[in-house]
Amino acid sequence: MTKELPAPTLLSPELLDEAYEQRLLERIRAGDKTACAECIDLHSAGVYRLALRMVGDPHEAEDIVQETFLNAFRTIDSFEGRSSLSTWLYRIAYNAALMRLRKKQPLHVSIDPHVDEEETATTPVQLFDWCCLPEEDFQTAEARNELERAISELPEPLRAVFVLRELEGLSTEETAQALDLSVSNVKVRLHRARLWLRERLSGYFTELAQRSQERN
Amino acid sequence: MDAAVSHHTCKELLVSLSDYLDGEAAEALCAEIERHLADCEDCRVVVDTLRKTILLYRTLPPPSPPQTIRARLLHALELDKDAP
Repeated sequence: MTKELPAPTLLSPELLDEAYEQRLLERIRAGDKTACAECIDLHSAGVYRLALRMVGDPHEAEDIVQETFLNAFRTIDSFEGRSSLSTWLYRIAYNAALMRLRKKQPLHVSIDPHVDEEETATTPVQLFDWCCLPEEDFQTAEARNELERAISELPEPLRAVFVLRELEGLSTEETAQALDLSVSNVKVRLHRARLWLRERLSGYFTELAQRSQERN
Repeated sequence: MDAAVSHHTCKELLVSLSDYLDGEAAEALCAEIERHLADCEDCRVVVDTLRKTILLYRTLPPPSPPQTIRARLLHALELDKDAP
């Protein structure tokens, strides 16, 4: 069997409590401002993280958060509860982020929901075992920056799936609902994102490992 | 060192790696993968470095929203007037 990997742990207990969410929705629909503020407190951090990973700019991410909640509260009556509230909010935020990306780079952001096979080719090429590096080499600011940079450079069709599934801790089904993809498509994109990141990080860690070998 | 994983068996294994690492692969498939890994150094490296990659990003501290975001949001949505 495989060694167990830690699960993403960003979900707070309130986000998993269906009865609480139902009461919150009823209060928001009734125009209760405290309920809207509660909803913001519960969900704005996750929405911000998705927006930031999508557009890469903190100010723009903040604008997307604002747009998301504005849209959500305006259209809360149309929310049918087929997904959770957080999944619905992620969906609004994702669409807002995508609109902005398309405005900036209309030729580079795919409107086709199918992953571009060429762009996301993930056949492993880097075959150096850099796991031998001492643990402290993985925890440096430089290594973390490299990882952040790699995530920000993930091809756009893979990035949102990766962020929601792996960093925000949504299930495969929830990720599929949020991004309007099939479950199998989410699985394929997540797998490609992981292989893409492995390949990308291997360049950095291989060089680090080889430099360390030369010194010793 | 930079020779792409190209054998047919390796490519087949590659497709199932996420299921394997997530503990979602069937027992028979896990056994098959582990038999292959015992003989294929390239695939073992891919599995080990992929597992390490997943571990690294899952333990990456999440970016924090700016401190002011709540106040700005409540103001923009006109929720700060009656809110406690």
